[in-house]
Amino acid sequence: MIDYIRINYQLIWEAFQQHLYLALIPVILAIIISLPLGYIAVRYKKLYYPLVNISSILYAIPSLALFLLLPPIIGTGVLSPLNIIIALTVYSIALMVRVVADGLNSVDPAITQAATAMGYRRVRRLFAVELPIALPVMLAGLRVATVANVSIVSVGALIGVGGLGALFLRGLQLDYLAPIFVGIILSVLLAATCDIIIVLVQRRFTPWVRAGGRA
Amino acid sequence: MDYLEYLLDPEHWDLAVTGNIPSLVVDHLYYTVITLVIASLIAIPVGLYIGHTGRFSFVAINAGNAGRSLPTLGLIILLVTVIGFGLLPVIIALVILAIPPILTSTYAGLRAINPASVDAAKGMGMRPIQILFRVEIPMALPLILSGLRSATLQVVSTATVASYVGLGGLGRLLVDGLALNQYDRVIAGAVVVAALAIVLDLIASSVQRLVVSPGVSGRALTRTSNKAPSSSVGPATATAG
Repeated sequence: MIDYIRINYQLIWEAFQQHLYLALIPVILAIIISLPLGYIAVRYKKLYYPLVNISSILYAIPSLALFLLLPPIIGTGVLSPLNIIIALTVYSIALMVRVVADGLNSVDPAITQAATAMGYRRVRRLFAVELPIALPVMLAGLRVATVANVSIVSVGALIGVGGLGALFLRGLQLDYLAPIFVGIILSVLLAATCDIIIVLVQRRFTPWVRAGGRA
Repeated sequence: MDYLEYLLDPEHWDLAVTGNIPSLVVDHLYYTVITLVIASLIAIPVGLYIGHTGRFSFVAINAGNAGRSLPTLGLIILLVTVIGFGLLPVIIALVILAIPPILTSTYAGLRAINPASVDAAKGMGMRPIQILFRVEIPMALPLILSGLRSATLQVVSTATVASYVGLGGLGRLLVDGLALNQYDRVIAGAVVVAALAIVLDLIASSVQRLVVSPGVSGRALTRTSNKAPSSSVGPATATAG
């Protein structure tokens, strides 16, 4: 395996980089899109169940099927990396909308009332009070979405864009275990690293959770 | 729409023709059911044991995360390369991927029970085995079922990918269609497998609502008690799709 890594260093590094951006761009897009959607689901209670139900239907679609259904719907090429990025964004949004809504709903009404009484308007109250309190719930969802994305990206190898997934196919074709192990280990390490980073972010921004106070 | 040509061609729905779509659906369901049965037989007892006794809880807590981070395609290809082509390596891979969501949610379901309920059962003179079957399992059922639901989606999705190493089922349409450059065949496979997953998920969510004890789901609450306990019906323990 050491020899394989030494000889194919360049190829592994490129696969890793592709894996990284295919997995993480969707996470960033999903945060940007699901925050307002989650807020809408809380603000207009009638929309909560439609949004959550649509999310769970989208989430049910198998990844390979979604990768291949996107081209005729949005007009991309069958082998375009955009299919992977958009599909993973859809999954991440489907997961995050519910989490954002549930996080905001978990804020104790007494806290929002106190904030209102202190003169916070709706927007400022949202950013200064409700979102920080909902942060632990939202980041827990973000961890799931990120780790899942890192794992699903390799399925993209079947349509030619799969980051480390390409190493799996190479191993299968050559009947050679080294690239398969390298791919699995790097993929799991990448997922674990992203997971740890999110946990650290949460510790940094929600010190009251660690202090033992109640969120 | 030439994309839909394969899907709409009645020949591909004819049960007499080999490789017809209904038979692929049946195959796909067959792999899914076998996998879920084996995974449940392993994960539910282990999860109940860990949740009931509190021993080895780190296993149950970390299984979910570890399972999610395993690349499904990598695991399948690893097992096929080690064991050889065939049904066995693929089913082993599917079972490995289905165990974590079931195990974690079974454990979480037992842990989420109010200790007062268990104490009350003890006080009523129930033996540990009675407490497990008559108090803990019914109360943990919503979460156990949501774990099974996540596992179902995981297996349907991964079985599709497994066609790349020769598994039958709907993934055949996707993989063969890609290999032959028949995009309408690919679309037929993608549409049917997506529909299958969505239908299974809807069935699972209805079963989840029906099977759960009225006392747990809040359906039995009278109008005067306006605070219904929140029961999670969605994919609480989501896994890789």
